[in-house]
Amino acid sequence: MMEAMFIYLATVCVVCAVLTVTLRQPVYNVLSLLTLFFHVAGLYVLLNAEFLAVVQIIVYAGAILVLYLFVLMLLNVRTQSRHLHRQWPFAVLILGAVGAMLVGALHSGVWGSASGESTAAAIHEIGDTQAIGLRLYTDYLLPFEVASLVLLVAMIGAIVLTKKSLIDDHIDQIKE
Amino acid sequence: MIPLSSYLVLSAVLFFIGVVGVLMRRSIIVVLLSIELMLNAVNINFVAFSHYLESITGQVFVFFTLTVAAAEVAVGLALLIAIYRNRRTVNVEELDVMKW
Repeated sequence: MMEAMFIYLATVCVVCAVLTVTLRQPVYNVLSLLTLFFHVAGLYVLLNAEFLAVVQIIVYAGAILVLYLFVLMLLNVRTQSRHLHRQWPFAVLILGAVGAMLVGALHSGVWGSASGESTAAAIHEIGDTQAIGLRLYTDYLLPFEVASLVLLVAMIGAIVLTKKSLIDDHIDQIKE
Repeated sequence: MIPLSSYLVLSAVLFFIGVVGVLMRRSIIVVLLSIELMLNAVNINFVAFSHYLESITGQVFVFFTLTVAAAEVAVGLALLIAIYRNRRTVNVEELDVMKW
């Protein structure tokens, strides 16, 4: 049963990823990535990470991709006749190197061994969300606070970049 | 029981497709979507290792990746709008002002 679910989820993920990269209409790219995110959430459930599965759907599918769709509708981008970058032969070289590195890393098989500090049974006992929260608010408290700062900077940056009058006023001031 | 290696292979395939998208496509939108795809591939790796090495830390790191992805999308799309407003294009080939 688990194997069948995994094969289904993995197949849909790979197909959706290929569609995301190859389709020509930007809206179709975004929608196939949306399908991929839902299936990645399914993979998280298979791996006993229920909290992350829900966060994946709320944040990625609910917030990030809606933002993409919103911007796409706002810009009304026309489809282009040519889709590949003109430097694609050079890109193929780099892709060969990246692919070789990935295959090498998979072949090395140095993956460590189970630490046993939080087994599936232990997580099941206190719940996945509690287990993450305990670790997040004790050992990773400082990174958590830094993450909030990153979000604040991104928020201010997005507002400053998109607010037209701010940039124009600044340019006018420089000209004067 | 699904072996860890099958998750790693899936994640590597998704990451590779993401790299293809970043390097080969002309549209900035598809490039940004491919970066999301690569981040997701890494997240699958984190969660798979968290499950098989029996350590919850991997899931905490996925949380941070999500934060960075959200920040990246906000700034990336803001840049996209600013570029489109000034240059009327979303094509990476035409953005060559800083090219030597």
